Amino acid sequence: MELIIAAIIGLLTCCGVFLILRARTFAVMLGLTMLSYAVNLFIFVSGGLTAGAGAVLGKTETYADPLPQALVLTAIVIGFAMTAFLVVLAIRARAELGNDHVDGQQPQEPR
Amino acid sequence: MSMLLWILLLPLLSAIVVLSVKTTNARSANMMTAIALSAPLIGLGVLINLAPRVFAGDVLSWQMSWLPQLGLDFSLRLDGLAFLFLCLILGIGALVLFYARYYLHRSDPMARFYASLLLFMQAMIGIVLSGNLLQLWFFWELTSISSFLLISYWSGKSDARKGARMALTITGAGGLALLAGLIMLGQIAGSYDLNEVLAKAQLVQAHADYPLMLGLILLGAFTKSAQFPFHFWLPNAMAAPTPVSAYLHSATMVKAGIFLLMRFYPVLAGTDLWFLLLTVTGLMTLLVGAYFALFQHDIKGLLAYSTISHLGLITLLIGLDTDLALVAAIFHLLNHAIFKASLFMAAGIIDHETGSRDMRKINGLWQFMPVTATLAMVAASAMAGVPLLNGFLSKEMFFTETLHQSVFGSLSWVLPVLATTAAVLSVAYSARFVHDIFFNGQPVGLERIPHEPPRYMRIPMEVLVALCILVGLFPQIIVGSLLQLAAAAALQGQPPVYSLALWHGLNVPLLMSLLAFIGGILLYFNRKQLFLFQAGFTSVRAIYQFEWVMQRLTQLAVKFNRWFDRGSFQFYVSVLLWASVLLCGYPLFNLLSLTGNRELLAFDPVVAVSAFVLVICAVATVLLHRQRLLSLVMISGVGLIISLLFVRYSAPDLALTQLSVEVVTVVLLMLALYFLPHKSVKTSAPSRVLTDLLLAAAFGAVIASLAYAMMTNSVDSIAQYFLENAKTGGGGTNVVNVILVDFRGFDTFGEITVLGIAALGIYKLLTGIPLFKAGADMDGRYWSNDRHPLLLAVVSQALLPLALMVSVYIFFRGHNMPGGGFVAGLITAVALVLQYVAQGVDWVKQRLVLAYPSLIAAGILFAFATGAGSLLVGRPFLTSWFDYFHLPIVGDIELASAMVFDLGVYLTVVGSTLLILANLGKLTTKHRPQENG
Repeated sequence: MELIIAAIIGLLTCCGVFLILRARTFAVMLGLTMLSYAVNLFIFVSGGLTAGAGAVLGKTETYADPLPQALVLTAIVIGFAMTAFLVVLAIRARAELGNDHVDGQQPQEPR
Repeated sequence: MSMLLWILLLPLLSAIVVLSVKTTNARSANMMTAIALSAPLIGLGVLINLAPRVFAGDVLSWQMSWLPQLGLDFSLRLDGLAFLFLCLILGIGALVLFYARYYLHRSDPMARFYASLLLFMQAMIGIVLSGNLLQLWFFWELTSISSFLLISYWSGKSDARKGARMALTITGAGGLALLAGLIMLGQIAGSYDLNEVLAKAQLVQAHADYPLMLGLILLGAFTKSAQFPFHFWLPNAMAAPTPVSAYLHSATMVKAGIFLLMRFYPVLAGTDLWFLLLTVTGLMTLLVGAYFALFQHDIKGLLAYSTISHLGLITLLIGLDTDLALVAAIFHLLNHAIFKASLFMAAGIIDHETGSRDMRKINGLWQFMPVTATLAMVAASAMAGVPLLNGFLSKEMFFTETLHQSVFGSLSWVLPVLATTAAVLSVAYSARFVHDIFFNGQPVGLERIPHEPPRYMRIPMEVLVALCILVGLFPQIIVGSLLQLAAAAALQGQPPVYSLALWHGLNVPLLMSLLAFIGGILLYFNRKQLFLFQAGFTSVRAIYQFEWVMQRLTQLAVKFNRWFDRGSFQFYVSVLLWASVLLCGYPLFNLLSLTGNRELLAFDPVVAVSAFVLVICAVATVLLHRQRLLSLVMISGVGLIISLLFVRYSAPDLALTQLSVEVVTVVLLMLALYFLPHKSVKTSAPSRVLTDLLLAAAFGAVIASLAYAMMTNSVDSIAQYFLENAKTGGGGTNVVNVILVDFRGFDTFGEITVLGIAALGIYKLLTGIPLFKAGADMDGRYWSNDRHPLLLAVVSQALLPLALMVSVYIFFRGHNMPGGGFVAGLITAVALVLQYVAQGVDWVKQRLVLAYPSLIAAGILFAFATGAGSLLVGRPFLTSWFDYFHLPIVGDIELASAMVFDLGVYLTVVGSTLLILANLGKLTTKHRPQENG
């Protein structure tokens, strides 16, 4: 099972990185969102995978590692704030500069 | 011993005062000189006051702890060697400051000159007084910088700027080598404290890194002391005002390298390498300097090369590595400082009075300025080593030492022969200095008729020349004890037995001196032949070579910068990512196997199916990323599957959070699409797609491998601590929530603050945004002007109280069951966002009177107040408190301070999310076409 999860993390990273390297702001936003999924999962599994364990004390014998969970929980929320900031930055850039290229100007020739 | 601190600080204080004085007339200039002079004079007074204790053999010190963990302490240390150097720095410094008063022209900015000179003085004092290696280096660099300021004093002149840049580059580069060397020395010796380092000679010299360390330190010393092949900066530094040359480039700064060699003599000297490097460098410098001095037409150029030659002589003496040679080195250093400073002052007077420094023009000055000429001739004779003057004594000691060494084996006779050769040259250029300037016919083409300088301008010279004679006549009385003191300190032991006397009988050194005189005079009067011979070489100007190299370097940097800083975001990101891939991937090569010892989970069909869906969604997002709406749908699928994975792997809190964030993220991106083009133009070239794919694949592979290795290896986690203490210490059974609001409460506090700041930043970014064509999309199609769908409006209204109730429930149970402030806040936000979507901004605005920024502020304040509350009862920030109460009907309930903190989290999350979305949404409605429009 670990292999599948690792593969998922790898794939999400791969897609995220590819999208971040695109020239349009919207693709970069998608890429960052994708990458934050990957990062969150990565941090989450750093405590090891635990299936069917209790999340609350006293209900079961084994527990999942709570620390990565706490880290990821805040990371999800902060990730949203970051994406939102980026989105608004992109909107503002589009409004001020008239295009949505990541360099703020349309390239001279297609590359 | 804070007196030491005063010696160091006085020049700085005086520099600050000097800068605040305005020079308008002669009186204010005199006052400024007095202020500047006060620093070295008071310093000398303090030094005399301390002298009895230093002469008694005490090492005075003063320390202030700064970063003891790094071996960085501010430490001052006055021993015999430092005492001798302080006498030089302060004594000659005072004379030079006085001399400069008459040297500088009325139009020269005097305050700047004095301030730079005083800054330099302070740096020199700092070097000799430092009791810590790194502190020594700091002052060392300070001398390079202040020297730069002084050489470039007449910054309008091109040669001043070039000379200053060259001196700074050479000595600065040497300074960096020195830093590396000193750090190595400190690491080897185990301390940066000078006292401790000096006692570790055996340890240091036996260390494998000794040669490298020695090389680096010598590089620092040789560049500073203008040793061959780094000597060329010194003649070019002669563009400086002459007082600077007298002070920095003959008496003090160039002696800093010599000081360094003497300072570390006890710990570094005594090896073959030391002998070899120092003698060869010293000998080369001695000969090269003396030879080229003869051919200079510029008075200061002659003196500069002569200085190089004498510095080489001192280095050679230190390299000979006997106790007596070190004594001779210290003695010659002192003598050279005295006669060379006075010669530079003479050069300054001549320049001042004739307007030229060219010896081809300046002739026969004896008839115009007999007093100055006499003084200069005495000093030049001391430079040549004429008996009864100080230069003679140390030169005799030098000859004696060259005779008494045998390290070159059967070729040892070469050394005295070469020493005599250098002395011949030295006599010849001294003869040229005297004969060419003061006799040799009449001046040629001078601008004005020279005469004696102002009376006071000569005083410093008179003092120095008097010292030349006094030391020459009564060496034992004048400098005997000072020399002994310095030698004892440099050797870290008893000084050897020697006698400072004028007459040692008829011996070989005297014969060598005699030879040198006869040879030198003969050489000078037959110099035409030699000049013709030298003219046969193509002249190489170091300054042009240097500038050429510098320009090429600059061009290279510009070229690289133009290539690298190309203004392409994609390029920067890919460089950054490639670097990360390589750095993260490299350690994986050292890992034999990714699979660890942890027991793997069994195959789970549910997860496998969801993973399959996730893969499809993720790949589709990438493939469809140009059709933006579709890709948005796809990416939300990815988010959903991820929250399912969280459920599966025992993280209900995460699943709840992910699910609610997913909703707001999609709403956010939908809103973004309103303002951005709906489709991307295809611009990427196939080759670019390929390289990007390669990078992405490499990154994915590295991360997947890391994740797999991490999952399959069992690690010692600190989780057990939290599991054990959550209930007893934090009063909650939901460990994740207890970590958030209690154990790591301070982190959470920081995080909600960031959240609030991001939201406010977005708010600010959106105000006054110049929207164009907001009534239509990119392709000119007008937005739909339908009413809000009725069904959604009705359902959402009915859902609102329900959703709010759920969020309250989730909030309260958060401490013991999955839930908490973050999740509850997000649920509330989603419920309200739904109202916006269903009814429009205006509708909600009329009914919901909530200022979101205030909500954020309130949330952060709540959280802060909870934390600060524990300060009131004398506990650290954010210490939690909890207790159980029994209420009728409701039953047992738990009250914890952490819940108030969680309330702060809740409010901040609600406020931030809504501030972001409502403001973005508002922009879409303001410009919407009206229903009937």
